[in-house]
Amino acid sequence: MNMELSFYLVQLLNAVQYGFLLFLVASGLTLLFGIMGVINLAHGSFYMLGAYLAYWLSGVTGSLWLGILLGLPIAMAVGYLVERIAISFLYQRDHLYQVLLTFALILIFNELQQILWGTDVHGVAIPEILAGSIQLTENQTYPVYRLFISAACIAIACGMYWVIQKTRLGMMIRAGASNREMVQALGIDVNRLFAIVFSLGVALAGFAGMLAAPVDSVYPGMGENVLIISFVVVVIGGTGSIKGAFVGAMLIGLASTFGKVLVPEMASIIVYALMAVILLRRPQGLFGKAS
Amino acid sequence: MSEKQPKGITRRSFIVNGTVATAGLAASSLFVPPKFAIGAQAKVKVGILLPYTGTYAKLGTNIRDAMMLRFAEAGNMLGGRPIEFVDIDSEAKPAKAQQLTEKLIKKEKVDFLVGPVHSVVGMAMVKMARGDGPITVIPNAGADQLTGELCAPNVFRTSFSSYQMGYPGGPAMLEDGHKRVVLMYWNYGFGKQVAAAFKKSFEPAGGTIVKEIPTPFPEVDFQAYLTELAALKPDAVYTFYAGGGAVKFVKDYAAAGLKDSIKLYGAGFLTEGLGAAQGDAAEGVRTILHYADSLENPANQRFRAAFQKSTGNSADVYAVQGYDAGELILRGMNAVKGDTGARTEMIRAMETAEIDSPRGHLSFSASHNPIHDIYLREVIKGENQVIRVAAKDQDDPAEGCKM
Repeated sequence: MNMELSFYLVQLLNAVQYGFLLFLVASGLTLLFGIMGVINLAHGSFYMLGAYLAYWLSGVTGSLWLGILLGLPIAMAVGYLVERIAISFLYQRDHLYQVLLTFALILIFNELQQILWGTDVHGVAIPEILAGSIQLTENQTYPVYRLFISAACIAIACGMYWVIQKTRLGMMIRAGASNREMVQALGIDVNRLFAIVFSLGVALAGFAGMLAAPVDSVYPGMGENVLIISFVVVVIGGTGSIKGAFVGAMLIGLASTFGKVLVPEMASIIVYALMAVILLRRPQGLFGKAS
Repeated sequence: MSEKQPKGITRRSFIVNGTVATAGLAASSLFVPPKFAIGAQAKVKVGILLPYTGTYAKLGTNIRDAMMLRFAEAGNMLGGRPIEFVDIDSEAKPAKAQQLTEKLIKKEKVDFLVGPVHSVVGMAMVKMARGDGPITVIPNAGADQLTGELCAPNVFRTSFSSYQMGYPGGPAMLEDGHKRVVLMYWNYGFGKQVAAAFKKSFEPAGGTIVKEIPTPFPEVDFQAYLTELAALKPDAVYTFYAGGGAVKFVKDYAAAGLKDSIKLYGAGFLTEGLGAAQGDAAEGVRTILHYADSLENPANQRFRAAFQKSTGNSADVYAVQGYDAGELILRGMNAVKGDTGARTEMIRAMETAEIDSPRGHLSFSASHNPIHDIYLREVIKGENQVIRVAAKDQDDPAEGCKM
């Protein structure tokens, strides 16, 4: 094992970068669960949708930026439709119904993906302007695009904080989450509010998929891989807490990266071990409200 | 869920098969198999268990389409009998493998069983089929055990064993001048077998394994490992990754700037059929495989043109394996003129088959695993170009096979 300081610094960079990416995916999930009480197993499918939209639209327009610009409204529209057609009927029901419904959505989205885009593995080119790399050590470079993803994640995190804490929409969202009936009694259209929040959650997942498409590959079933780790992040952070999702994502990033290097035998279970330890100490997660 | 309507080409070929077969029978009675007791109408049942959904969907589809193509070229007749397909989506799910195989064997009573793609599904399938079950042809699953401890007279493979994906890699890399090598692979059955076979040829011949880095399957976050690799500074790295993971690995590897200082090698799946997704990142990556799209033998050129024409897609190694599975079944059935009861004779014809495959010469070992050339390829301008034959007539040791 190489004990040089630079080695660990690069690994730290890897860890933080991975953490940002996880946060981007998990934030939408925790938003939906915390505010609407919806367990959305199809979150990974929306991530996949985003990646395929990025692949398709950047291919058509020749630019990833245009692809994202066109893709985001599509993702939001899909979210809105899914909420209106399916999810909205289950708010009053047991979580099990939501699990069943959103599981069915996974199957439907997988089938749609095959019909629309086939079963090939695709790649998305990194935009020219971000295609360079930075020399880190004598033989390793770091792609600029990955740094850009981190920056985008910070921007999203700040944006979410601002919307939820400082805007009227955020106020309604917070109020709707803590006491739905009271908000309704005050004359706010909760149904519309929840439809908006759901579309936002879907758009976040889709955006994560779009941003990750150039560094990841675009392939059938890619959402499922993301789904499990997102749930781990949300559970560690405390369901419904954006701050929790952020801290959870960073912890997972660190544990996963350094776990792989320092205890390679444990690489595949280290994040789950971390989750178990945290849940033993705090069953509601790091920032979750005790019920 | 388990029983999907076959899509696209198959639905069409279903109908075509039907009409061609009936027309053929009506036109001529020459096809009546002499040993067949019940009558010329009885169809040969070919059960297909391949994944048409999920990660392996494209593999399953190409294997099936190519096999159908081979049958169609033979007039959709096996030893003079028309064919009936029972086509089931395996979804590449090990949990469903037993139930679906049972359905094909017990309920449908198929004469031939073709599948699967996924090795774990393959284990479940072969455990049920070996012995008295239908003649089974594996068109992809690579687990060594399938023609090792699980080998049986009625089980054949037209693809490869894990061993054949690792063993020829050692000498090939030494010949290229790489003595200090890191092994990186997905830490599951297939990856481990490939790595073990690589070591078997590499170390005795004077190579040094600097480090083995098994990575969790099917995770695709390689960044931490690439940083470690950069610090280890080996001459080269030998890998096993496939599908989406392979695309990600090759792109991350190039983005980490490692391509020039640490040469990237791997089992063929690292770059096979992924050129469009990997782009420039794959340039110069060397892999070993029993096939390359650009092979110049006439059988390959004929096959690629026919596959393109009948499906609208480009052929790949999986299609070749499916095509050869079709050929192998044809050989067996033609040898016994359609009499599926003449099992011993049919198996003898299949195991002694010498096939002029698109991959080159193909024959079978005593354990019914393919013996074929393994090519060393390099990605040049987006295509896997053959550099040289890495191993002539590569066999498999068939450990644990008692046959």
